[in-house]
Amino acid sequence: MQWRNSSSHYGLVSILMHWLVALAVFGLFALGYWMVGLDYYSGWYKTAPDLHKSIGLVLFTVMLARVLWRGFSPPPASLPDHGRLTRLASKLGHSFLYLGLFVLMISGYLISTADGRGIPVFGLFEVPASLTSIPDQEDVAGLVHEYLAWALVIFAGIHALAALKHHFIDRDRTLMRMFGR
Amino acid sequence: MLKKTLVALALGGALMGAGQVMAADYAIDKQGQHAFVNFKISHLGYSWLYGTFKDFDGSFSFDAAKPQDSKVNVTLNTTSVDTNHAERDKHIRSDDFLNVSKHPTATFASTSVKSTGEGTADISGDLTLNGVTKPVVIAAKFIGEGKDPWGGYRAGFEGTTTLKLKDFDISTDLGPASESLELIISVEGVRK
Repeated sequence: MQWRNSSSHYGLVSILMHWLVALAVFGLFALGYWMVGLDYYSGWYKTAPDLHKSIGLVLFTVMLARVLWRGFSPPPASLPDHGRLTRLASKLGHSFLYLGLFVLMISGYLISTADGRGIPVFGLFEVPASLTSIPDQEDVAGLVHEYLAWALVIFAGIHALAALKHHFIDRDRTLMRMFGR
Repeated sequence: MLKKTLVALALGGALMGAGQVMAADYAIDKQGQHAFVNFKISHLGYSWLYGTFKDFDGSFSFDAAKPQDSKVNVTLNTTSVDTNHAERDKHIRSDDFLNVSKHPTATFASTSVKSTGEGTADISGDLTLNGVTKPVVIAAKFIGEGKDPWGGYRAGFEGTTTLKLKDFDISTDLGPASESLELIISVEGVRK
């Protein structure tokens, strides 16, 4: 398999990033959902949010790299049997996933840095605060983060179902392309 | 007749001038923020955590000669809680603690005042917190009063009371050392 995408196939870089981000997104949702219910005396009370924030910040860099890579190596062309509506829906859906993820990660960052505090990443370095002047910042960012997390995880599920629809109902290469075929 | 009237007027004037010994209404100095509603709670039994409510207002009426006739009213915006930590403050505002979206204000309204010594008094009143109203007693101390350099007259107090979180339906378990919280109300009022 090639590193770069071709006009008919995805390359290794795009494929790896796609599946790693999918894993991270579903994992972070589950972690976030679980960690807010933890008891103050749970051993994970501090660890879980630290992990959630560290992975989220690394994901931000991966997503940035992904956008840059897309410019450097654009995705393959639409399949011949994908009509205008399919292509439009695909463009809109994928844009929502990309945009939504960036807004989600930024909103999370704005919660923890609202008081000027930085966020440690796996205890190795700290991402400094920047924007701290939004009124009720941690609360507003918190609401955005919570609602968008649900919207994205539900939409990612729809995205997966759509791929399965293409594979089992339309019987086209859509899903298999994301495995390199 | 004229002399009696003059004497009466002079006496009345003297009494008015001696403002200190009259009952007076004060507005808590919110504009200059010479007033603080702070709290203190144990963290794990290892240290004290201090916080404040930045947005509150109120008034009191105070008569040094008759302290039992004094009254206090304070209303605070629970969303304004600040413990110098964004994530912790967000958690405190949630329904795990203050549930500010459901209970945006907390109030204290005095019901009676009992002098406990020179310049100290127990202020009994109703505290409404997290939507629950319970009687509390604030142990108050008079700090001072007098004219200010800008044409006003001020009086200041500090009072403390300890309350149990569970009594106000705040049931999140923070450990045995943190079952109660001390409220410290330190205010200066400007005479109306």
